[in-house]
Amino acid sequence: MIRELHENLKNGKITSLELTQNYFSEIEKKDKDILAYLTLDKEIALATAQEMDEKIKKGEEFDLLGGIPMAIKDNMCVAGGRTTAASKILDNYIAPFDATVVKKLKKQGAIILGKTNMDEFAMGASTESSAYQKTKNPHDLSRVPGGSSGGSAAAVAGDMAVYTLGSDTGGSVRQPASFCGVVGLKPTYGRVSRHGLLAMASSLDQIGPITKTVEDAAIVLSRIAGRDKKDATSAKSGGKLYEDYLRGDINGMKIGVPKEYFNGGLDSEIKDIAIGALEKFKKLGATLVEIDLPYSEYALPVYYIIVPCEVSSNMARFDGIRYGLSIDDQEKSKIGGGNLLETYLDTREIGFGAEVKRRIMLGTYALSAGYYDAYYKKAQKVRRLLRQDFEEAFKSVDLIFSPTAPEPAFKVGEKTVDPLQMYLSDIYTVTANLVGVPAISFPIGTVIRDGKNLPIGGQLMGRWFGEEELLNAAYAFEKN
Amino acid sequence: MLKKEDIIHIAELARIGLREEEIEKYQRELSLILDYFKKLEKADTENIEPIGHITGSHSVVREDVANDCAAETKKEIINNFPDKQNNQAKVKSILV
Repeated sequence: MIRELHENLKNGKITSLELTQNYFSEIEKKDKDILAYLTLDKEIALATAQEMDEKIKKGEEFDLLGGIPMAIKDNMCVAGGRTTAASKILDNYIAPFDATVVKKLKKQGAIILGKTNMDEFAMGASTESSAYQKTKNPHDLSRVPGGSSGGSAAAVAGDMAVYTLGSDTGGSVRQPASFCGVVGLKPTYGRVSRHGLLAMASSLDQIGPITKTVEDAAIVLSRIAGRDKKDATSAKSGGKLYEDYLRGDINGMKIGVPKEYFNGGLDSEIKDIAIGALEKFKKLGATLVEIDLPYSEYALPVYYIIVPCEVSSNMARFDGIRYGLSIDDQEKSKIGGGNLLETYLDTREIGFGAEVKRRIMLGTYALSAGYYDAYYKKAQKVRRLLRQDFEEAFKSVDLIFSPTAPEPAFKVGEKTVDPLQMYLSDIYTVTANLVGVPAISFPIGTVIRDGKNLPIGGQLMGRWFGEEELLNAAYAFEKN
Repeated sequence: MLKKEDIIHIAELARIGLREEEIEKYQRELSLILDYFKKLEKADTENIEPIGHITGSHSVVREDVANDCAAETKKEIINNFPDKQNNQAKVKSILV
């Protein structure tokens, strides 16, 4: 889709200004129901589009992403704009700088339409924990778009942005992509700089694109990847253009099918669709190999120990002193005198929502004296075993396939009562983050629920820093 | 099941104000999740080292030099201070 729009811009079939205006009018029409956006920046977007048009008119070279309207999840900083991470504690926060990914996209002439809704601080799987609004799934407005990058996925699915950026800590790009019928890529840990991304669980967080097509995901990745000295975990990418690796040929490729992922709680219709997708890969020349990932059953508990531990540490910065909400109400004094401790307690009590508090409390407990060995350390040991599972598997296969989520988009409110139920939605996605490999979700079919067609996503996981192979396989599937 | 005192202690460590009526909710919810974590006890981790960095990079260092930021950025950082005095963040008294 991006390539075609680029050609149209180049040939003068449409200007960037017209294109941007078109997207704003789609937003105006649809977003009162879908609620994908938290903030729009029409003025800057239109001015940037005009600047781009000037360049194009002069015949200057411009990048594939130049003049293309897109949106950014509201946990990434865009200088001079509000960045809330969908939390009340950052309600008045104005980002003083651009996240590295934003800087890179701006350099290519990207048009930023606005910031998209999400679960508060990316903690959730339905975008319902946003302190501001509940985004709806464009395929059925009574259902969630998934999460935590639900606004980003719904914006793409609802034609309210050409592409968006999301962040993925345990499936937050892939699961909403699956629920909304679009493509979501979580790159290898370290592939994309997180500087300017509001940290949730730092050993797992990655930024990734949500797009209409696999090629678009490759195009966006090429432009946001690479070493950044402001993120010490980021790795060199060598300026690779991932879109150049999309041959569409997967003859001889070995795709692993983990036994453990096709048992248990998997919806039977989704299982059939996933098996159908595997058949298609086979027809395209791939060999299917049944593999064992014996530690799979531990992935979810490992994930839900590591995440709150890292959350409790990362959220400590929200203290009402340097930015964001600061509650200074002497009336409410519990200790007397409106002192520092009281500011901490009141600011965090009022500023954070239920799920954020739950995770901070859990992590604080798990890291407190006497429990560290039993929880965090134990989880990090099992995490090594999970990684070994994958190292072993990648000796005999090139990619690993599974459904992205065990179910289609669920109803708004269906899982908010029981946090554990919500956690189970991440069962197929958390492992890629725990072991650090890249993974992509792409549409593989639909199921009918209440008379509505709901998209189902398939997930491929690849080798560490093996995005080329991963994208090429998803591309071959999409093209055929 | 976590005790009432546990919840009060955790909230204090986490610096989150806690209302009396929330205590029971947290007791229930956190205990349920902690129970779920028990699944890990089954995993044999004898002689397994906890993993540090997942892609294996370590000791990433930079030169120890201060990088100043633009005056405009500085101004915006200061603008975000909830309470300030002469371009400095004002902190509440620690001792009452």
